[in-house]
Amino acid sequence: MKIELKEISKSFGPVAANTKINLSVSSGEVLGLLGENGAGKTTLMNILTGLYQPDSGQILIRDQERKFYNPRDAIKNGIGMVHQHFMLVPVFSVSENVILGNEPITNVNRINKKEAREEVLKISSKYNLDVDPDELVERLPVGVQQRVEIIKILFREAELLIFDEPTAVLTPQEVLDFFRIVSNLKKSGKAIIFITHKLHEVIQICDRINVLRRGEMVGEANPKKTSNSELAELMVGRSVNLKTKRPKINRGKVLLETKNLQVMSNKKEMGLSNINLKLHENEILGIAGVQGNGQTEFIEALTGLRKISSGEISYFDKRYTNLSPRKIHKMGIKHIPEDRQKQGLINEFSIIENVVLNTYYEDAFSNNISLNWNSAKSEAARVMKQFDVRASSETIPANNLSGGNQQKLVIGREMSRKINLLIASQPTRGVDVGSIEYIHSQIISARNAGIGILLNSTELEEIIALSDRIIVFFEGKIVAELSSNTDPQIIGMAMAGVVN
Amino acid sequence: MRKFALSKQTMNIARTQSSLISGSFLILLAILVFMLFGFGVEGEATFRLSRPSDPYALPNLVLPAESFIGIASLTIAFFGARLIVKAPKEYSVIFAISFFLAIATFLVWATAGKSFSLTGMLQATVVRAVPIALAAMAGIMCERVAVINIGIEGMMLAGAFAGAFFGSIFGSVLGLLIAIAVGGIFGLMLALLVVTFRVDQIIAGVAINILVLGLTSFFTSHLLKKNPHLNDTAVFKSIQIPILADLPIIGPMLFRHNIFVYLAILIVFSTTFYLFKTAYGLRARAVGEHPKAAETLGISVIKTRFINVIIGGMIAGFGGAWFTLGSVGRFDEGMTGGRGFIGLAAMIFGRWHPVGALLAALVFGFADSLQQKLAILRTPIPSEFLAMAPYIVTIIVVAGIVGSARPPQAIGKAYIKEN
Ligand SMILES: Nc1ncnc2c1ncn2[C@@H]1O[C@H](COP(=O)(O)OP(=O)(O)OP(=O)(O)O)[C@@H](O)[C@H]1O
Ligand SMILES: [Mg+2]
Repeated sequence: MKIELKEISKSFGPVAANTKINLSVSSGEVLGLLGENGAGKTTLMNILTGLYQPDSGQILIRDQERKFYNPRDAIKNGIGMVHQHFMLVPVFSVSENVILGNEPITNVNRINKKEAREEVLKISSKYNLDVDPDELVERLPVGVQQRVEIIKILFREAELLIFDEPTAVLTPQEVLDFFRIVSNLKKSGKAIIFITHKLHEVIQICDRINVLRRGEMVGEANPKKTSNSELAELMVGRSVNLKTKRPKINRGKVLLETKNLQVMSNKKEMGLSNINLKLHENEILGIAGVQGNGQTEFIEALTGLRKISSGEISYFDKRYTNLSPRKIHKMGIKHIPEDRQKQGLINEFSIIENVVLNTYYEDAFSNNISLNWNSAKSEAARVMKQFDVRASSETIPANNLSGGNQQKLVIGREMSRKINLLIASQPTRGVDVGSIEYIHSQIISARNAGIGILLNSTELEEIIALSDRIIVFFEGKIVAELSSNTDPQIIGMAMAGVVN
Repeated sequence: MRKFALSKQTMNIARTQSSLISGSFLILLAILVFMLFGFGVEGEATFRLSRPSDPYALPNLVLPAESFIGIASLTIAFFGARLIVKAPKEYSVIFAISFFLAIATFLVWATAGKSFSLTGMLQATVVRAVPIALAAMAGIMCERVAVINIGIEGMMLAGAFAGAFFGSIFGSVLGLLIAIAVGGIFGLMLALLVVTFRVDQIIAGVAINILVLGLTSFFTSHLLKKNPHLNDTAVFKSIQIPILADLPIIGPMLFRHNIFVYLAILIVFSTTFYLFKTAYGLRARAVGEHPKAAETLGISVIKTRFINVIIGGMIAGFGGAWFTLGSVGRFDEGMTGGRGFIGLAAMIFGRWHPVGALLAALVFGFADSLQQKLAILRTPIPSEFLAMAPYIVTIIVVAGIVGSARPPQAIGKAYIKEN
């Protein structure tokens, strides 16, 4: 089967998200789609899945023109997509999520639960997905949720599977599993479109690579012949420095210290025990570890989002425990949360409102009776300019921004206020290479200016590139403290709990 | 995954603390019950369980008031002490028994030296629960697709009016059908306002309430007052289910009612079946939890919301008709008396589950019938206070017990379809 897009254009008001884009993909082939944040990748895929209607252009399947007025039409034509932000109902079971919209039914519209379960198990075992049909989706780790999304598509007998930044939220192990799944799918004759910001991934698993820039298709690359830096240049339109420079600098006095910190977890996961660490001025302390080993709980404890059961935190030699997030924020501790949509932004609020979300009460934006929208607006404009947040205006709601631009908005907001300590969790998740370069240089220069930075990232490369010192979390404990020039393999082993 | 000793220990501390609080609460309740009711009561409280005409008549239940009150308050105090000492994991059963004893004590105190028809009160409980349960079902139909329906009170009032007016002209069966249709029309109106035009859901609901209040009072004074024959409808007669109706206590409680009661029970169970067993129900719930996800699977969020809200309106219209066609046979201004709102409380109390909401409605119905029956017993409590009972129960339930209930995630949010 061959799927073709011809001369597709789509605008949102003044923003041309897609301009005359041509693209094709066939069975048994993996097409990589690259492009900066806001280049129009997600929009193009939403057109292909019937969620948006193009302003002009055609969709051809087996050389015949098709019109998709809604997602149902695209599903009928064998097209399915795993969205950048998952489309799962958290309180439903796996099999309920899978069958939703295409339920097997018996008399009086009653759902045939048994058949649903069996279908899920069948697909799950055929592609080695290993998913329990009866578990509630909200209880599943992200990697498994993604497999539920894949089963959802396969259940609808899709021939083309689209993955929008599937690896952004996965652990390294889960990424490997995902690649295996992709090659299985390819072998069984499915066509696949794969969107990512990680250049080595496209080189690794794609047969062809297409690059979008500012809504236009700017080129193709052959994964066998290309390199990271060539792809980066094609994407951004200038040469990108993929290696972060981190000049040597002497660290200052202790900024943050935790002593015997103990924190309770949500019922099922583990808590934290006896966390002792020191973070200095002029220092970037990297937290490495597979997700779910207590990093999230630790950061929530530091930022006032989670109660500390015992132990203490001191900041500038002053103790603070269980202060409110606002008080902590006011002390100059800024937080880039790991989930931009759930914790970083209010999706329905405008960019302006989001930019002053945690500073609206400050003199700059408020006279204690009313807000000063003009200064909020100019602050938003400044953040957008400095951090290259691309949007048609400051007044559009945050969920109209592309994923990477949402992330840059959060980073811009946190890094442009008065700041002594920055706690950054997954700061470059979903961000394009050009912007990673900029964000990394900002983090380094913040550190050079005397700020202490706690960097939590599942990207080992990022940790190694930025950190002056690395600690490794495993099962709620710090199992290793390593210098930044440690062999990545040793760090990897520590992440698996192996230390010697 | 490994568990830490720490978390277990801390959990224990948390548990002891909360059982300490709950235990002390029960002891306080016991003292309160004893102080209020334990002094100056004499004689026996006689509860009638059957009418003399019943085929299988049960003897009266006769309780010596003074000793009953003493024993009951001691038992509650004992439960409280046990909670403090033992700190069990689950104590909702102990709580339920204690509350039951407290209410029983109150009844014994009020009945001391007199006699009181227990069966009559239970029967009235079921009847009074009907409009509340139906309002809750209407609410569930709407809120499960993420539309808040504050307008249920108004929709019921419209149904009550339509039932009385059209019932007087065309007979009660046609009147009932028209009442349901009128409810559906107001459901359609709500859907248009909040789904299509994205008006704030609370405001739209309030607007419907005010609109219906105005319309019905206008037509009452200009139409019904001048033409009393237009406000005089036949009501649905009660239907005795053979054999079952003759059972003691259960019979009068459940099987000697008019069709409103039977249909209400049917609606509760069909709503449950619809929401949790059928494909349409699954889609409806998906639309209430994560509309975008539903949309990507080809489910029309807009259409699903319209259909469910209209059905919700029809149920409210049916519930409204109970006030006229199922009860007094005539319409009076504002006769729904806040039952629509209490229904919403029952919905929340029942955690958006039809059966849960039905049980909650029975609690409210009990409070309602209690106040009505106690008025006959001539207790020293002023009748105005007794009339407040259902509303006080509502406040206590919503403020105290519900706290942690989790509504559908997308509730109150308009859905904007991109294209
Ligand atoms: N619903 C919408 N309303 C208005 N503008 C939109 C909407 N959706 C996308 N846009 C705009 O269209 C452009 C392309 O967005 P798109 O989400 O396709 O980017 P992307 O290539 O997927 O980026 P990323 O890598 O950051 O996910 C952006 O400028 C974005 O702001
Ligand atoms: Mg995107």
